[in-house]
Amino acid sequence: MANLTINGKNFTLDVEPDTPLLWAIRENAGLTGTKYGCGIAQCGACSVHIDGVATRSCGVSISEAEGKKITTIEGLASGSTLHKVQQAWIAKDVPQCGYCQSGMIMAVAALLSEKPKPTDADIDEAITNICRCGTFQQVREAIHTIASA
Amino acid sequence: MNKHVSAKMNRRAFVIGTAAVGTGLAIGLDLPFGGPAVVRAADGSPEVNAWVVVRPDDTVVIRIARSEMGQGSLTGLAQLVAEELECDWSKVTTEYPTPGQSVARKRVWGDFSTGGSRGIRSSQDYVRKGGATARVMLIQAAADEWKVLASECTVEKGVITHKASGKTTTYGKVAETAAKLTPPADVKLKDPKDWTIAGKGLLRLDTTDKTTGTMVYGIDIKLPGMLNAAIKDCPVFGGKVKSFDEAKVAGMKGVQKVVKVGDSAVAVVADTWWHAKTALEALPIVWDEGDNAKVSSETIAKWLAEGLDDAQPAYVGNKNGDVKTAMAGAAKKIEAVYNYPYQNHATMEPMNATALYTADKCEVWCGTQNGEAAFAAVLEASGLPAEKCDVHKVMLGGGFGRRGMTDYVRQAVAIAKQMPGTPIKLLWSREEDMTHGRYHPVTQCKMTGAFDADNNLVALHYRLSGQSILFSVRPEALQNGMDPAAFQGVAQSGEAAFGYAVPNLLIEHSMRNPHVPPGFWRGVNVNHNAIYMECFMDELAHEAGQDPLAFRRKLMGNHPKHLAVLNAVAEKIGWDKPAPQGVYRGIAQVMGYGSYVAGAAEISVTDGSKIKVHRIVASTDPGYVVNPAQVERQIAGSFVYGLSALFYGGCTVKDGRIEQTNFDTFNSMRINEMPKVEAVMVPSGGFWGGVGEPTIGVAAPAVLNAYFAATGKRIRSVPLRDQNITFA
Repeated sequence: MANLTINGKNFTLDVEPDTPLLWAIRENAGLTGTKYGCGIAQCGACSVHIDGVATRSCGVSISEAEGKKITTIEGLASGSTLHKVQQAWIAKDVPQCGYCQSGMIMAVAALLSEKPKPTDADIDEAITNICRCGTFQQVREAIHTIASA
Repeated sequence: MNKHVSAKMNRRAFVIGTAAVGTGLAIGLDLPFGGPAVVRAADGSPEVNAWVVVRPDDTVVIRIARSEMGQGSLTGLAQLVAEELECDWSKVTTEYPTPGQSVARKRVWGDFSTGGSRGIRSSQDYVRKGGATARVMLIQAAADEWKVLASECTVEKGVITHKASGKTTTYGKVAETAAKLTPPADVKLKDPKDWTIAGKGLLRLDTTDKTTGTMVYGIDIKLPGMLNAAIKDCPVFGGKVKSFDEAKVAGMKGVQKVVKVGDSAVAVVADTWWHAKTALEALPIVWDEGDNAKVSSETIAKWLAEGLDDAQPAYVGNKNGDVKTAMAGAAKKIEAVYNYPYQNHATMEPMNATALYTADKCEVWCGTQNGEAAFAAVLEASGLPAEKCDVHKVMLGGGFGRRGMTDYVRQAVAIAKQMPGTPIKLLWSREEDMTHGRYHPVTQCKMTGAFDADNNLVALHYRLSGQSILFSVRPEALQNGMDPAAFQGVAQSGEAAFGYAVPNLLIEHSMRNPHVPPGFWRGVNVNHNAIYMECFMDELAHEAGQDPLAFRRKLMGNHPKHLAVLNAVAEKIGWDKPAPQGVYRGIAQVMGYGSYVAGAAEISVTDGSKIKVHRIVASTDPGYVVNPAQVERQIAGSFVYGLSALFYGGCTVKDGRIEQTNFDTFNSMRINEMPKVEAVMVPSGGFWGGVGEPTIGVAAPAVLNAYFAATGKRIRSVPLRDQNITFA
C-alpha cells in the first residue's frame, strides 16, 4: 500500500514500492492523461510535476513519490479555468496527434513558473520532450505568446 | 445514399472470404429496402444522409470514415462537408462510424483507409456531395412546409430563409422532415474559389481534449472487468515459440494467465499492465529462431550490393532512349552508390488494442489507420462472421503508416479468445514496438550519369537494389513480379512522376527481400528515391560545373509543375543572393502522392561534423489546400520526421533481430534542433494531391546537398550518426 497526493487528492493505492509512478497514476489512480512513451525517461510523454518540478514519472518509484505533491495534466487547470499553457495550446492549435502533449504541457508549465519570459535558448534547454508529429514550431510560438501576454 | 436501410436488415447475406481480408471488403448483400424509415444516430437524431446528422438544437454531426492521427484530416473533411452543407461551423461536431456499421450498410461510408496521403484527396468528391445533398434536402423540407419553391429559399449558417414571405427556420427544425425525402439524383459542387469554410486555416476540432488529458487513445481504454496483457514476439522475425515455463510466473502478483499467441508470441495477462510486463520479463521462453538468426545488416548489405551489378535481373520502371549506347559514346561519366536503412515508425503511443470476445461477439477498441482492415483482421482472428464483429476506432497516438497494419489487432483477439468474456487490453512495450515494427525498407542505389562534350546530361542510369514493400504486404499488387511503388518519385508518369527530361534514361529495381518485415513508413519509397536522385542531381551539377538549381531547371522544361515548386522555394530562400556568412544552401524537389514539392535548407557545419540547420523553406502544390494551417503543420512535421530519420534513425540487424530497442538508441529530434520551417503553398488547382507525406521526400536531400556545399564532402549513407555527424 502506498499513499500518494495527486492533484490535491489523497490516494491509497495497492502497489509495490518499486512500481514506477507512471503506472500507479495510470492504472491504480486511473488518471490516463499521463502517457507511456518509452519507460526509460527519454521521451517525456509521462512528465508530471513533483513538488512543482517537471519530472518523468516512468523513472520515479512510488516510494520516492510518497509524501510529495504530484500534479498531472488533469490537475493543471484551476477548477474550470484552464491553465494559461492549455489555453495557449488551444489558441495556437499546437497538438497534432496530441499523445506527447500532456507531457509537453507539463514541461512548459514548469518552465514558465520558473522563467515567465523564457528566451529561445531557455526553451531549447528546458523542453527536451520528443514529439514525432513535429509540433515544435507551434510549441515555441505558443510559449512566446504566453510570455508576452 | 442508403437512408432507407432498415436497422433490421437481413444480415445473413454477409460473406467475407479470406481473399477480401485486408484489401477492402467485397460484400454480397441483400438490401431489403423497406419503407421510408429514417436512420437514426445513437442519440435518436435523424440522419439526413450517412454523412450528416442534425440534432434538434442545430448541432451538425459530420461522420468521418478516415482516421485522425494528428494529420488534421478529421477537421479538413468536416470543412469540406460543412462548406457544401452551408451549416454553422461553430455547431459542427464529428463522429466515427464503425466499420461494422459501414459493412452492414453496403459500405455507405466508402474506404476507411488512411494512408498514402489519401485521407482527403480520395474522399473529397463524395463527402462534398454528401454535404451538398443534405443541404438540398434540408432546404426542400423547409420549402415544403412553407409551400414555396425551394429555389426561392436561401441558406446561411444553417438558417433557411424565404425572403418573399420573411419566413425563417433552421436545419435542426426541418431535419426530421428532410430525412424522409428522396435525395436529389445529382448535386452541383461549389467552385473552390467560392469556399468560405474549406480553404481556410480554421482551428482543429479535436484540440481541447488533447490539452486536458481527456482525449482517449487506445492505451487509455477502460472496460468493466478488463485485464491487461503484455506480449513478447520471437525476437527473430519468422521464428517461433518452442516452450515457456508458465509455473515460474504463475504466483507473481496480479498474474491471471500466460497464453501463447499464434505460433510466435507469448503474452502474460494480469490485473495491471505493469504486473503483466514484470511477469513477462521473468518468464523463461525458449525460441526456435530458425535460419533468419544468421542474418545481419552486413549480410543484407552484401546481398543488396550484388543487386547493383547490371548482370543481375532487375525490373525496369522508367526508360527512354538507349542508356548503354549513350554511355559508351559519352565525353565523361560519373558514378555514385548510396544506401538507406531500415527505419521504425516509433509512434509515440506504442501498438495496442483492446478486445472482448464471447461465443457470439467480438469487439475491438483501437487506434487504426484502416478501420476496415482492422475489422477484417477481427473476423479472421475471431472466426466470427461480420455481423458479430466490430471495431471501435479511437484517436491514434501517431500513425505514420504503422497503424495501417493489423498485427496488434490480431494478437489482441487471439489473447481475448483464450479468455472469453473478459476484455483484454494488449499493450506493447516500447521495446516490443521498436523490435517488431514494419520497417521502412532497406535499399542501395547505384547511379551513373553521362555528359556530352558540352556538359549536357545525355544519359542517366538509376539502379535500385533492395526490399519491396508490396512483395510482403500486398503481393497481389505486384505487376508480373515488379513492385510499381518501388519507383515512387522516379516513375514514368502518374502521381509520383519523375520531373526531369533526360534523353537516355534507365531506372530499374533489383528486388531483394530480406526477412525483416517492411511497411509503409511516412513518405514510403519517396524517401530513399528522393535522396538518391536529388543528391545525385547535385553531384551531376557539380561535375558539370553548374549551379544546382540552374542545372535542374534545364532538365525540367517539360515538367512545369515540378519546376514551379522548385522556383517557389528558390525565390523564398533567396537562391540568387548569397547566403549569410558561413551558411550554405541545398535544394531538392520531388513528386509524390499527387503533389509537387520542393525544399531548400540553410545550414552551417562546425568541424565537419556538427550541423546547425538555420532555415528550411518548403513548397507544395497539392492542387487544392483545404486547411492551410494544417498543411503548414504537416510540412513542418514531415521535416521533423524526415530529419530525425536522417540524423538519428536507422535500424540495424544482428542475429536476425533489430538492435535498436528504445529512444536511447533510436533517437528523435528535439525542439532545440528544429529550425522554423517556412511553408510556401502554391496550389494550382485542377487536381487533388496529398499533403501528409510528400514533403518528407525533400527534407534529407536538401540538408545533404547543403552539407556538400558547406564541406565539399558527399554523404551517401544514412543515418548520419553512423558517421559521427550530428546536430550542433
